[in-house]
Amino acid sequence: MPAIVSAKDVTKIYEGGFEALKGVSLDIEQGEILALLGPNGAGKTTLISVICGMVNATLGSISVGGHDIVDDFRGARSLIGLVPQELSLEPFEKVINSVRFSRGLFGKPRNDAYVERILRQLSLWDKKDARVKELSGGMKRRVLIAKALSHEPRVLFLDEPTAGVDVELRKDMWEIVRGLREDGVTIILTTHYIEEAEAIADRVGVINDGKILLVKDKAELMAQMGRKQLCIELQEPIAEIPAGLAAYELVIGTDGCSLEYAYETRGERTGITALLSDLAAQGLVLKDVSTSQSSLEDIFVGLVGDAA
Amino acid sequence: MNLTAIKAIYVFEMTRFFRTLLQSFISPVLSTSLYFVVFGAAIGSRIDTVEGVSYGAFIVPGLIMLSVMTQSTANASFGIYFPKFIGTIYELLSAPVSFVEIMIGYVGAAASKALLVGLIILGTAFVFVDLRIAHPVAMMAFLVMTCFSFSLLGFIIGIWAKNFEQLQLIPLLVITPLVFLGGSFYSISMLPPVWQTITMFNPVIYLISGFRWAFFGEAEVSIGLSLFAIALFTAVCIAVIGWIFKTGYRLKT
Repeated sequence: MPAIVSAKDVTKIYEGGFEALKGVSLDIEQGEILALLGPNGAGKTTLISVICGMVNATLGSISVGGHDIVDDFRGARSLIGLVPQELSLEPFEKVINSVRFSRGLFGKPRNDAYVERILRQLSLWDKKDARVKELSGGMKRRVLIAKALSHEPRVLFLDEPTAGVDVELRKDMWEIVRGLREDGVTIILTTHYIEEAEAIADRVGVINDGKILLVKDKAELMAQMGRKQLCIELQEPIAEIPAGLAAYELVIGTDGCSLEYAYETRGERTGITALLSDLAAQGLVLKDVSTSQSSLEDIFVGLVGDAA
Repeated sequence: MNLTAIKAIYVFEMTRFFRTLLQSFISPVLSTSLYFVVFGAAIGSRIDTVEGVSYGAFIVPGLIMLSVMTQSTANASFGIYFPKFIGTIYELLSAPVSFVEIMIGYVGAAASKALLVGLIILGTAFVFVDLRIAHPVAMMAFLVMTCFSFSLLGFIIGIWAKNFEQLQLIPLLVITPLVFLGGSFYSISMLPPVWQTITMFNPVIYLISGFRWAFFGEAEVSIGLSLFAIALFTAVCIAVIGWIFKTGYRLKT
């Protein structure tokens, strides 16, 4: 299946010379949830802004659903819903009018039943006649989501959707996102919360300094994450690993007092029991045992750190 | 053409207008009434007829023009500036609408509001002075054209403005003086010859003269020239907007 969003060598140099995107190429598959991870200022928002039409790319091309975002902007944009990072809403307007306006702007005929369904889904129905300025921050975020969904988009961009959002809304939001995915909507969310990407994404892209560092299946990343280290501290230092323990590929600490053993948590057997009894058989006395896990965060920090 | 979008923008803008009804309608009516009391009744009673028309009636076209021009500019500039200011412009830029459609929506709404205000002032004028309109159709045509052309100007100002101060700058420093010095409250023939010549460089004079002709059948400059002036002004505004749309000036980075 061709990618629903395809970016090729997109470069954005802002007035003043700041290069926010440095030749970004990215294919987003239809129906997937892609999490774009990256620190502040990495280029996440710029990339979304270019795809959605708020910012002109300096170089490169993008197509959405096969429509070029410049030559056929109507075709491309009518597929896209955008939930921006900032709570940008007309403060004096009623919630329902604000949502209807968005639908109209995208050229869709008025459909009160559909708008009602969205507002109910987002627990906004009670507030439909409230003025936007009367709402709390979390409620405003919901209105932004309702606006983005008002025209039945096929691709939904969520730019830092959970910044400043309470647990309740976060839960609701993920439920909606999963529901949308079941309907075949492609979802791209940016975040710097790694747990979020872990919880919801199919694929994870890491962006830093205007470049995409990797785009990988979450399962693959999780597999990397699934590796754990067992750290064994010994009573007495040893000079080298006894021959009988060679099969475990242990790494000896610099002081000779510790041994590290890496294993797969998902494997049938972790080999820990055998290792411990073999250690005892070799006459080694243990002082302490601890385990640690490499998280997506470690991978992320490693990647971003290497690039910097 | 995304007609639904144009309608959505238009309706959204008009809703804002009706939400601020007091500001939108009552203030122009009040200020016009004050003009009539001060200029029409108090001062006007001491002034002879101007070009065969009582002074109270003579100032009606100028008063309407004054309000319509400032209202059109203010409405349209605020209409497009406000989304920029609060950030909701993202929605316009990411929607499948062309700049032309955005412009039609905003300018159409701004012009409609100004037209309504103009008609309300005209209605108010009938309360204060004895008024007859010689060419009603031409009067409406001039009114509508003025509403649209100044709304176009306002739209440009709204896109250009980076803050509220700039938003007020051109209306305050350019439009108000031009309208006041454009013969709103006097006939050009009342001026010394030097000032008559200088006045001819004021584009507003042609609009007011044409509009006044529609009321009283008398014009200070020829109607053809008035129409040409409006057409030229509109064309310049459209050309500037065309350039803005092409380059994304101050809309897209």
